[in-house]
Amino acid sequence: MVNKPPLLEVNRLKKFFKTPKGLLHAVDDVSFKIEKGKTFGIVGESGCGKSTLGRTILRLLDPTSGQVFFEGKNITDLNALEMRHMRREMQIIFQDPFSSLNPRMTVSQTIEEPLKLHNIFKDKHERQKKVATLMDTVGLARRLFNSYPHELDGGRRQRIGIARALSLNPKFIVCDEPVSALDVSIQAQILNLMNELQSELDLTYIFITHDLSVVYHFSDEIAVMYLGQIIEKAHADDLFARPLHPYTKALLSAIPIPSIHNRVERIIMKGEIFSPINPEPVCRFADRCSYVMEACRKSEPVLKTLESQHQVACFLYDDNGETTKIIGE
Amino acid sequence: MSNDIENILEIDNLFVEYRTQDGIVKALNGLDIEIKKGTTLGLVGETGAGKTTTGLAILGLIPDPPGVIVDGTIKLNGEYLREKTERQMEKIRGKHVSMIFQDPMTSLNPVIRVEDQIAEVIENHNEVNKQEAKILARKMLEQVGISKNRGKDYPHQFSGGMKQRVVIAIALACNPDLLIADEPTTALDVTIQAQVLEIMKELKMRRNLSMLLITHDLGIVAEICDMVSIIYAGRIVEHGTLVDIFDYTRHPYTKGLFNSLPNMKDRTAKLKPIRGLMPDPNNLPSGCIFCSRCDYAMPICSSVYPDYYNINGHVVACHLYNPENIKEEVLFYGQ
Repeated sequence: MVNKPPLLEVNRLKKFFKTPKGLLHAVDDVSFKIEKGKTFGIVGESGCGKSTLGRTILRLLDPTSGQVFFEGKNITDLNALEMRHMRREMQIIFQDPFSSLNPRMTVSQTIEEPLKLHNIFKDKHERQKKVATLMDTVGLARRLFNSYPHELDGGRRQRIGIARALSLNPKFIVCDEPVSALDVSIQAQILNLMNELQSELDLTYIFITHDLSVVYHFSDEIAVMYLGQIIEKAHADDLFARPLHPYTKALLSAIPIPSIHNRVERIIMKGEIFSPINPEPVCRFADRCSYVMEACRKSEPVLKTLESQHQVACFLYDDNGETTKIIGE
Repeated sequence: MSNDIENILEIDNLFVEYRTQDGIVKALNGLDIEIKKGTTLGLVGETGAGKTTTGLAILGLIPDPPGVIVDGTIKLNGEYLREKTERQMEKIRGKHVSMIFQDPMTSLNPVIRVEDQIAEVIENHNEVNKQEAKILARKMLEQVGISKNRGKDYPHQFSGGMKQRVVIAIALACNPDLLIADEPTTALDVTIQAQVLEIMKELKMRRNLSMLLITHDLGIVAEICDMVSIIYAGRIVEHGTLVDIFDYTRHPYTKGLFNSLPNMKDRTAKLKPIRGLMPDPNNLPSGCIFCSRCDYAMPICSSVYPDYYNINGHVVACHLYNPENIKEEVLFYGQ
């Protein structure tokens, strides 16, 4: 064994939902790997399947097909009991700290719950000691031990969500829009906390968000999703310096930059995202793309790996990463 | 008096409270706002700072009870709005001032065709019949980039971005003197947000619109506003032009807002959040409201509310800019 297996490997994962109008392709053939201790960012607009992907990886939703390997072990085959043990290693932090906490449980009860369910400690006293340590770790004052969620602001509630996710000492956490509901000054506090925890506890994150400046700040590698598929994947710096896919370009140019200098020309995309129900086997971005060619409407582009691990699914680029058509830049 | 001609909106020393069973929530605490004709003012602040209350106060729509306007004046186009009767306000809303809300999904009536929703406003405020109003409504739709053939559709047949455009069409149907836009793109995806901002910019140019843009996003402010007011716990703490606020940031709170944003040039730079939380509006401290979170706080800050210091139109409420403390200012700039 020269190469250690990556902490997480997702292989051709699909999640379809049956709807009256047909099959909804929420996650459609997604593959990627994450090394231990890294953060993998997933960006996309509402309805692109990013949250479904996160939940399918944790098997909160069962995949339609494809595999998820955690430390080399295929977790898609595990039965409910085995999966329950597995969840000690894999946790999730939800977007909305207002609806993801039980309003009738106190701060300490909420954080204690996973410890109880997994029978980690023998008695209540030890459990409560652990809860107190966890509260210190995430910066919750101990006087809030018996407070209820409604008494707390969004930032503190999200800290409870983080403490709950950390309670079983997981190796891997899916963060599903963890700061979207928070004000910027609080958002920065939470992002800093998550960063510190990552280096202290050697955590691996999947960071799902629609906020491009946050994902850039937070991720090592970033995947851009469009209608259930990854259309571009690269190292964060590479993706922002040299976006290749026309969708990524438009997405990056749409970020409102809080500066009055160096304003970039904005690419305004035509139309809106179309329905992910029974998609045709063509490029799903074709109708909104300004570089659309004949090939785009004939078959589906596959993800090609170009130099420095930059992957893109677009007919504009051949296997060597050369543009087959000149893009006006 | 010359101000009447220059300024479309003047809010002076406005106090609004919500008197609830749990106590008095002081939403606005001496708010001052000025918008010159044909310009856009960005009102920037965090959740609970009083941004939406400001918008509702202008329209006379503060829910009463529990809301009470305690003191202050609101002058729109030279007329004092607080002296108007409810009847008169009905004539003013929609015709002279209108408001776009954050969530387009809940601002439209789901069982009325969109062209009829636009026509309704036009009919109410102008001497036109139903047919003429409908024709004008379809014209309005085209102005916001929606084909007039879609006027017969119902709101659920539109996507989020298009619904927000319909809301904009309703708000602008009667050529209001002032448009209040309350987080108009917060509920939208960035690419759709870009489309809506583009339309708003275009309409602003074409119609010489005066606008109060309420937002928490400094990126949007940089894009669309001419002037900026930063609101904190119901008071303006800094006001100036885009250049004043973005390049010569003065108030420690404004500075903190900028430092909290991820740096797009240096990915690994640690974020510098503002420590602590906004004080409970039930129980505001004496002295400067930002004092407990401020890195530059001085003894005077906890007891005396700072005056406004005006340096060539760039106004800041902070003791650091008291001419007697000017040395500190130099220190502060050096950052």
